[in-house]
Amino acid sequence: MRGKIITISSGKGGVGKTTVTANLGLGLALLGQRVICMDADIGLRNLDVMLGLENRIVYDIINVVEGRCTLPQALVRDKRLRTLRLLPAAQTRDKSAITEADMDRIAHQAAEIADYVIIDSPAGIEHGFRYAVKPADLVLIVTNPEVAAVRDADRVIGLLEADGHVPARLIINRLKPALVRRNEMLDANSVVDLLAIGLIGIVPEDVGILAAGNRGRPVVLDEKSVAGQVFRNIARRLQGEDVPFLPLKAPSFLKRLFGAY
Amino acid sequence: MRLLDWFRGRRSSGKEVAEQRLRLVLAHDRANISPGMLEILKDELIKVISRHLDVDPEKVEVKLTRDQHETRLVADIPLRPITRSRG
Ligand SMILES: Nc1ncnc2c1ncn2[C@@H]1O[C@H](COP(=O)(O)OP(=O)(O)OP(=O)(O)O)[C@@H](O)[C@H]1O
Ligand SMILES: [Mg+2]
Repeated sequence: MRGKIITISSGKGGVGKTTVTANLGLGLALLGQRVICMDADIGLRNLDVMLGLENRIVYDIINVVEGRCTLPQALVRDKRLRTLRLLPAAQTRDKSAITEADMDRIAHQAAEIADYVIIDSPAGIEHGFRYAVKPADLVLIVTNPEVAAVRDADRVIGLLEADGHVPARLIINRLKPALVRRNEMLDANSVVDLLAIGLIGIVPEDVGILAAGNRGRPVVLDEKSVAGQVFRNIARRLQGEDVPFLPLKAPSFLKRLFGAY
Repeated sequence: MRLLDWFRGRRSSGKEVAEQRLRLVLAHDRANISPGMLEILKDELIKVISRHLDVDPEKVEVKLTRDQHETRLVADIPLRPITRSRG
Protein backbone atom coordinates (compact mmCIF):
# COMPACT_ATOMS: atom_id res chain seq x y z
CA MET A 1 0.00 0.00 0.00
CA ARG A 2 1.35 3.41 -0.89
CA GLY A 3 1.78 6.14 1.70
CA LYS A 4 -0.45 9.14 2.22
CA ILE A 5 0.32 12.42 0.47
CA ILE A 6 -0.36 15.52 2.55
CA THR A 7 0.10 19.05 1.20
CA ILE A 8 0.61 22.02 3.54
CA SER A 9 -0.90 25.14 2.01
CA SER A 10 -2.14 28.59 3.05
CA GLY A 11 -2.64 31.16 0.33
CA LYS A 12 -0.98 33.91 2.35
CA GLY A 13 2.79 33.85 2.74
CA GLY A 14 4.68 33.64 6.01
CA VAL A 15 1.93 32.04 8.08
CA GLY A 16 3.95 28.96 9.02
CA LYS A 17 3.71 26.35 6.24
CA THR A 18 7.36 25.39 6.32
CA THR A 19 7.36 25.31 10.13
CA VAL A 20 4.36 22.98 10.07
CA THR A 21 5.88 20.76 7.39
CA ALA A 22 9.14 20.33 9.31
CA ASN A 23 7.45 19.66 12.64
CA LEU A 24 4.81 17.27 11.33
CA GLY A 25 7.40 15.42 9.26
CA LEU A 26 9.55 14.86 12.32
CA GLY A 27 6.46 14.28 14.50
CA LEU A 28 5.36 11.40 12.26
CA ALA A 29 8.93 10.07 12.12
CA LEU A 30 8.93 10.08 15.94
CA LEU A 31 5.95 7.74 15.73
CA GLY A 32 8.08 5.38 13.66
CA GLN A 33 6.60 6.34 10.31
CA ARG A 34 8.68 6.58 7.14
CA VAL A 35 8.33 10.19 6.01
CA ILE A 36 9.47 12.10 2.96
CA CYS A 37 9.20 15.89 3.20
CA MET A 38 9.10 17.54 -0.22
CA ASP A 39 10.01 21.19 -0.57
CA ALA A 40 7.82 22.46 -3.41
CA ASP A 41 8.82 26.08 -2.96
CA ILE A 42 11.14 26.11 -5.96
CA GLY A 43 13.46 29.13 -5.93
CA LEU A 44 12.82 29.92 -2.25
CA ARG A 45 14.03 26.82 -0.52
CA ASN A 46 13.58 26.88 3.24
CA LEU A 47 12.64 23.46 4.47
CA ASP A 48 16.26 22.28 4.37
CA VAL A 49 17.39 24.94 6.86
CA MET A 50 14.34 24.50 9.08
CA LEU A 51 15.22 20.82 9.31
CA GLY A 52 18.95 21.51 9.67
CA LEU A 53 19.78 19.43 6.60
CA GLU A 54 21.12 22.15 4.30
CA ASN A 55 24.74 20.98 4.39
CA ARG A 56 24.07 17.52 3.09
CA ILE A 57 22.15 18.34 -0.07
CA VAL A 58 23.54 17.03 -3.34
CA TYR A 59 20.60 16.96 -5.72
CA ASP A 60 17.22 18.64 -5.80
CA ILE A 61 13.71 18.05 -7.13
CA ILE A 62 14.43 19.64 -10.52
CA ASN A 63 17.37 17.26 -10.99
CA VAL A 64 14.87 14.44 -10.45
CA VAL A 65 12.38 15.99 -12.89
CA GLU A 66 15.09 16.34 -15.51
CA GLY A 67 16.35 12.82 -14.97
CA ARG A 68 19.84 13.79 -13.77
CA CYS A 69 19.40 11.56 -10.73
CA THR A 70 16.85 9.18 -9.29
CA LEU A 71 14.43 10.12 -6.54
CA PRO A 72 16.20 8.00 -3.88
CA GLN A 73 19.53 9.61 -4.82
CA ALA A 74 18.12 13.07 -4.21
CA LEU A 75 16.68 12.26 -0.77
CA VAL A 76 18.62 13.55 2.24
CA ARG A 77 18.29 11.42 5.34
CA ASP A 78 17.87 13.01 8.77
CA LYS A 79 20.54 11.80 11.18
CA ARG A 80 18.39 12.31 14.28
CA LEU A 81 15.44 10.34 12.97
CA ARG A 82 16.52 8.05 10.20
CA THR A 83 13.00 7.43 8.92
CA LEU A 84 12.75 11.05 7.81
CA ARG A 85 14.03 12.10 4.40
CA LEU A 86 13.95 15.41 2.57
CA LEU A 87 13.54 16.07 -1.12
CA PRO A 88 15.01 19.59 -1.44
CA ALA A 89 13.68 22.29 -3.73
CA ALA A 90 15.99 23.83 -6.31
CA GLN A 91 17.22 27.23 -5.21
CA THR A 92 18.41 28.64 -8.52
CA ARG A 93 15.44 27.73 -10.69
CA ASP A 94 11.86 28.91 -10.72
CA LYS A 95 8.47 27.29 -10.45
CA SER A 96 7.98 27.04 -14.19
CA ALA A 97 10.64 24.30 -14.19
CA ILE A 98 8.07 21.86 -12.85
CA THR A 99 4.60 20.87 -14.06
CA GLU A 100 1.60 19.46 -12.23
CA ALA A 101 2.24 16.14 -13.93
CA ASP A 102 5.89 16.12 -12.75
CA MET A 103 4.83 16.80 -9.18
CA ASP A 104 2.13 14.18 -9.31
CA ARG A 105 4.53 11.58 -10.61
CA ILE A 106 7.31 12.32 -8.11
CA ALA A 107 4.98 12.52 -5.11
CA HIS A 108 3.41 9.19 -5.98
CA GLN A 109 6.83 7.66 -6.54
CA ALA A 110 7.84 8.94 -3.08
CA ALA A 111 4.65 7.49 -1.60
CA GLU A 112 5.78 4.05 -2.79
CA ILE A 113 8.72 4.17 -0.39
CA ALA A 114 7.22 6.12 2.53
CA ASP A 115 4.21 6.05 4.83
CA TYR A 116 3.77 9.81 4.50
CA VAL A 117 4.80 12.32 1.85
CA ILE A 118 4.46 15.86 3.14
CA ILE A 119 4.59 18.65 0.58
CA ASP A 120 5.50 22.18 1.63
CA SER A 121 3.58 24.40 -0.76
CA PRO A 122 4.73 27.85 -1.89
CA ALA A 123 2.61 30.87 -0.92
CA GLY A 124 0.02 32.11 -3.38
CA ILE A 125 -2.71 30.42 -5.41
CA GLU A 126 -0.98 30.24 -8.75
CA HIS A 127 1.08 27.56 -10.43
CA GLY A 128 3.07 26.64 -7.31
CA PHE A 129 -0.07 26.09 -5.29
CA ARG A 130 -1.66 24.10 -8.11
CA TYR A 131 1.19 21.65 -8.53
CA ALA A 132 1.60 21.26 -4.78
CA VAL A 133 -2.03 20.24 -4.18
CA LYS A 134 -2.33 18.15 -7.34
CA PRO A 135 -1.12 14.86 -5.81
CA ALA A 136 -2.60 15.45 -2.32
CA ASP A 137 -4.78 12.95 -0.48
CA LEU A 138 -5.25 15.57 2.23
CA VAL A 139 -4.54 19.30 2.37
CA LEU A 140 -3.68 20.98 5.66
CA ILE A 141 -4.44 24.68 5.46
CA VAL A 142 -2.34 26.84 7.75
CA THR A 143 -3.69 30.20 8.83
CA ASN A 144 -3.07 32.83 11.48
CA PRO A 145 -5.95 34.22 13.55
CA GLU A 146 -6.05 37.54 11.67
CA VAL A 147 -8.29 38.99 8.97
CA ALA A 148 -5.95 38.83 5.97
CA ALA A 149 -4.71 35.29 6.62
CA VAL A 150 -8.21 33.90 7.24
CA ARG A 151 -9.46 35.56 4.08
CA ASP A 152 -6.72 33.93 2.02
CA ALA A 153 -7.37 30.57 3.68
CA ASP A 154 -11.01 30.89 2.61
CA ARG A 155 -9.90 31.47 -0.95
CA VAL A 156 -7.77 28.32 -0.87
CA ILE A 157 -10.66 26.33 0.59
CA GLY A 158 -12.87 27.68 -2.20
CA LEU A 159 -10.38 26.61 -4.86
CA LEU A 160 -10.07 23.13 -3.36
CA GLU A 161 -13.85 22.81 -3.21
CA ALA A 162 -14.16 23.90 -6.82
CA ASP A 163 -11.72 21.18 -7.77
CA GLY A 164 -13.93 18.69 -6.06
CA HIS A 165 -12.42 15.84 -4.22
CA VAL A 166 -9.58 16.45 -1.78
CA PRO A 167 -10.34 16.67 1.96
CA ALA A 168 -8.88 19.59 3.90
CA ARG A 169 -8.23 20.37 7.57
CA LEU A 170 -7.25 23.58 9.29
CA ILE A 171 -4.21 24.43 11.42
CA ILE A 172 -4.42 27.73 13.28
CA ASN A 173 -0.89 28.96 13.93
CA ARG A 174 0.44 31.76 16.13
CA LEU A 175 -2.54 32.03 18.43
CA LYS A 176 -1.81 34.27 21.39
CA PRO A 177 -3.85 32.98 24.34
CA ALA A 178 -3.40 36.19 26.35
CA LEU A 179 -4.87 38.30 23.54
CA VAL A 180 -7.71 35.85 22.99
CA ARG A 181 -8.59 36.04 26.67
CA ARG A 182 -8.76 39.80 26.44
CA ASN A 183 -10.93 39.56 23.31
CA GLU A 184 -8.30 41.34 21.29
CA MET A 185 -7.72 38.50 18.85
CA LEU A 186 -9.85 36.09 16.87
CA ASP A 187 -10.18 32.84 18.78
CA ALA A 188 -10.04 29.37 17.29
CA ASN A 189 -13.82 28.95 17.40
CA SER A 190 -14.57 32.02 15.35
CA VAL A 191 -11.96 31.10 12.74
CA VAL A 192 -13.39 27.60 12.45
CA ASP A 193 -16.93 29.00 12.23
CA LEU A 194 -16.02 31.46 9.52
CA LEU A 195 -14.11 28.95 7.43
CA ALA A 196 -16.46 26.02 8.06
CA ILE A 197 -13.72 23.41 7.94
CA GLY A 198 -12.49 20.80 10.41
CA LEU A 199 -9.71 21.79 12.78
CA ILE A 200 -6.69 19.55 13.34
CA GLY A 201 -4.45 21.76 15.49
CA ILE A 202 -3.96 25.08 17.24
CA VAL A 203 -0.32 26.13 17.54
CA PRO A 204 0.43 28.94 20.00
CA GLU A 205 2.80 31.80 19.31
CA ASP A 206 6.12 30.57 20.64
CA VAL A 207 9.53 32.26 20.48
CA GLY A 208 11.02 28.79 20.61
CA ILE A 209 9.85 28.30 17.01
CA LEU A 210 11.99 31.14 15.74
CA ALA A 211 14.98 29.85 17.68
CA ALA A 212 14.32 26.33 16.40
CA GLY A 213 14.29 27.60 12.83
CA ASN A 214 17.60 29.31 13.36
CA ARG A 215 19.20 26.21 14.86
CA GLY A 216 17.66 23.74 12.44
CA ARG A 217 16.10 21.79 15.26
CA PRO A 218 12.26 21.94 15.10
CA VAL A 219 10.39 22.27 18.41
CA VAL A 220 8.69 18.91 17.97
CA LEU A 221 12.02 17.37 19.07
CA ASP A 222 11.93 19.34 22.31
CA GLU A 223 9.96 17.36 24.86
CA LYS A 224 9.35 20.35 27.08
CA SER A 225 8.01 22.66 24.35
CA VAL A 226 4.23 23.23 24.37
CA ALA A 227 4.27 23.97 20.64
CA GLY A 228 6.25 20.74 20.26
CA GLN A 229 3.51 18.88 22.12
CA VAL A 230 0.91 20.43 19.81
CA PHE A 231 2.78 19.12 16.76
CA ARG A 232 3.20 15.67 18.30
CA ASN A 233 -0.55 15.64 18.90
CA ILE A 234 -1.34 16.65 15.32
CA ALA A 235 0.92 13.85 14.10
CA ARG A 236 -1.08 11.38 16.19
CA ARG A 237 -4.35 12.78 14.83
CA LEU A 238 -3.02 12.22 11.32
CA GLN A 239 -2.44 8.63 12.38
CA GLY A 240 -6.15 8.40 13.14
CA GLU A 241 -5.89 8.73 16.91
CA ASP A 242 -8.48 10.79 18.75
CA VAL A 243 -6.30 13.19 20.74
CA PRO A 244 -7.98 15.92 22.83
CA PHE A 245 -6.96 19.52 22.18
CA LEU A 246 -4.52 21.03 24.67
CA PRO A 247 -5.85 23.86 26.80
CA LEU A 248 -3.74 26.85 25.78
CA LYS A 249 -2.64 28.90 28.71
CA ALA A 250 -1.37 32.42 28.51
CA PRO A 251 2.27 32.72 29.54
CA SER A 252 2.72 33.71 33.15
CA PHE A 253 3.26 37.28 34.18
CA LEU A 254 6.89 36.56 35.08
CA LYS A 255 7.61 34.99 31.74
CA ARG A 256 6.17 38.01 29.99
CA LEU A 257 8.12 40.32 32.25
CA PHE A 258 11.36 38.63 31.32
CA GLY A 259 10.55 38.74 27.66
CA ALA A 260 9.97 35.09 27.03
CA TYR A 261 6.98 36.17 24.95
CA MET B 1 -26.64 45.82 27.70
CA ARG B 2 -25.67 48.26 24.97
CA LEU B 3 -26.41 51.14 27.31
CA LEU B 4 -24.23 49.59 29.97
CA ASP B 5 -21.44 49.23 27.43
CA TRP B 6 -21.88 52.81 26.50
CA PHE B 7 -21.56 53.90 30.12
CA ARG B 8 -18.37 51.92 30.43
CA GLY B 9 -17.06 53.57 27.33
CA ARG B 10 -16.69 50.19 25.70
CA ARG B 11 -15.86 50.02 22.03
CA SER B 12 -16.16 46.86 19.95
CA SER B 13 -13.37 44.48 20.85
CA GLY B 14 -10.62 43.66 18.40
CA LYS B 15 -12.09 40.22 18.10
CA GLU B 16 -15.58 41.49 17.22
CA VAL B 17 -14.29 43.92 14.64
CA ALA B 18 -12.18 41.21 13.02
CA GLU B 19 -15.12 38.82 12.95
CA GLN B 20 -17.51 41.33 11.45
CA ARG B 21 -15.09 42.42 8.79
CA LEU B 22 -14.23 38.86 7.89
CA ARG B 23 -17.87 37.87 7.63
CA LEU B 24 -18.47 40.63 5.11
CA VAL B 25 -15.26 40.13 3.14
CA LEU B 26 -15.77 36.37 2.88
CA ALA B 27 -19.36 36.80 1.74
CA HIS B 28 -18.23 39.10 -1.07
CA ASP B 29 -15.25 36.91 -1.99
CA ARG B 30 -17.35 33.78 -2.14
CA ALA B 31 -20.14 35.32 -4.16
CA ASN B 32 -17.57 37.04 -6.35
CA ILE B 33 -19.31 40.40 -6.16
CA SER B 34 -17.61 43.55 -4.93
CA PRO B 35 -19.31 45.99 -2.57
CA GLY B 36 -19.45 48.51 -5.44
CA MET B 37 -21.19 46.02 -7.74
CA LEU B 38 -23.70 45.38 -5.00
CA GLU B 39 -24.52 49.10 -4.93
CA ILE B 40 -25.13 49.06 -8.67
CA LEU B 41 -27.31 45.99 -8.29
CA LYS B 42 -29.26 47.78 -5.59
CA ASP B 43 -29.93 50.78 -7.82
CA GLU B 44 -31.11 48.52 -10.62
CA LEU B 45 -33.39 46.62 -8.25
CA ILE B 46 -34.92 49.86 -7.05
CA LYS B 47 -35.53 50.93 -10.64
CA VAL B 48 -37.23 47.69 -11.62
CA ILE B 49 -39.35 47.41 -8.52
CA SER B 50 -40.36 51.07 -8.64
CA ARG B 51 -42.14 50.35 -11.91
CA HIS B 52 -44.66 48.34 -9.97
CA LEU B 53 -44.48 49.50 -6.39
CA ASP B 54 -43.90 52.72 -4.54
CA VAL B 55 -40.45 52.05 -3.11
CA ASP B 56 -38.65 54.32 -0.68
CA PRO B 57 -35.13 54.28 -2.21
CA GLU B 58 -33.51 55.78 0.88
CA LYS B 59 -34.49 52.83 3.01
CA VAL B 60 -33.63 49.98 0.68
CA GLU B 61 -30.96 47.63 1.98
CA VAL B 62 -29.26 45.01 -0.17
CA LYS B 63 -26.52 42.93 1.38
CA LEU B 64 -24.82 39.56 1.35
CA THR B 65 -24.98 37.35 4.40
CA ARG B 66 -23.13 34.18 4.93
CA ASP B 67 -23.26 31.30 7.35
CA GLN B 68 -21.43 28.00 7.27
CA HIS B 69 -23.54 26.56 4.52
CA GLU B 70 -24.63 29.28 2.18
CA THR B 71 -24.28 32.81 1.05
CA ARG B 72 -27.47 34.75 0.39
CA LEU B 73 -28.41 38.02 -1.12
CA VAL B 74 -30.82 39.71 1.26
CA ALA B 75 -32.87 42.65 0.05
CA ASP B 76 -35.03 44.68 2.40
CA ILE B 77 -37.27 46.97 0.35
CA PRO B 78 -39.70 49.07 2.38
CA LEU B 79 -42.61 50.63 0.53
CA ARG B 80 -43.89 54.12 1.07
CA PRO B 81 -47.03 54.36 3.22
CA ILE B 82 -49.91 53.26 1.09
CA THR B 83 -52.65 55.79 0.49
CA ARG B 84 -55.94 54.01 0.34
CA SER B 85 -57.75 56.53 -1.75
CA ARG B 86 -56.28 55.20 -4.95
CA GLY B 87 -58.47 53.47 -7.40
N1 LIG C 1 3.83 29.51 16.18
C1 LIG C 1 4.83 30.39 15.90
N2 LIG C 1 5.36 31.17 16.87
C2 LIG C 1 6.35 32.04 16.58
N3 LIG C 1 6.90 32.18 15.36
C3 LIG C 1 6.42 31.42 14.36
C4 LIG C 1 5.38 30.49 14.56
N4 LIG C 1 5.12 29.89 13.37
C5 LIG C 1 5.96 30.41 12.48
N5 LIG C 1 6.75 31.35 13.05
C6 LIG C 1 7.78 32.15 12.38
O1 LIG C 1 7.21 32.80 11.27
C7 LIG C 1 8.13 32.86 10.20
C8 LIG C 1 7.51 32.30 8.94
O2 LIG C 1 7.29 30.92 9.09
P1 LIG C 1 7.40 29.90 7.88
O3 LIG C 1 8.64 30.13 7.11
O4 LIG C 1 7.12 28.56 8.40
O5 LIG C 1 6.15 30.43 7.02
P2 LIG C 1 5.76 30.00 5.53
O6 LIG C 1 4.27 29.99 5.49
O7 LIG C 1 6.45 28.75 5.15
O8 LIG C 1 6.33 31.22 4.69
P3 LIG C 1 6.44 31.31 3.07
O9 LIG C 1 5.06 31.63 2.60
O10 LIG C 1 7.40 32.42 2.84
O11 LIG C 1 6.93 29.99 2.59
C9 LIG C 1 9.36 32.11 10.65
O12 LIG C 1 10.31 33.03 11.06
C10 LIG C 1 8.89 31.30 11.84
O13 LIG C 1 9.92 31.13 12.79
MG1 LIG D 1 7.70 28.35 3.43
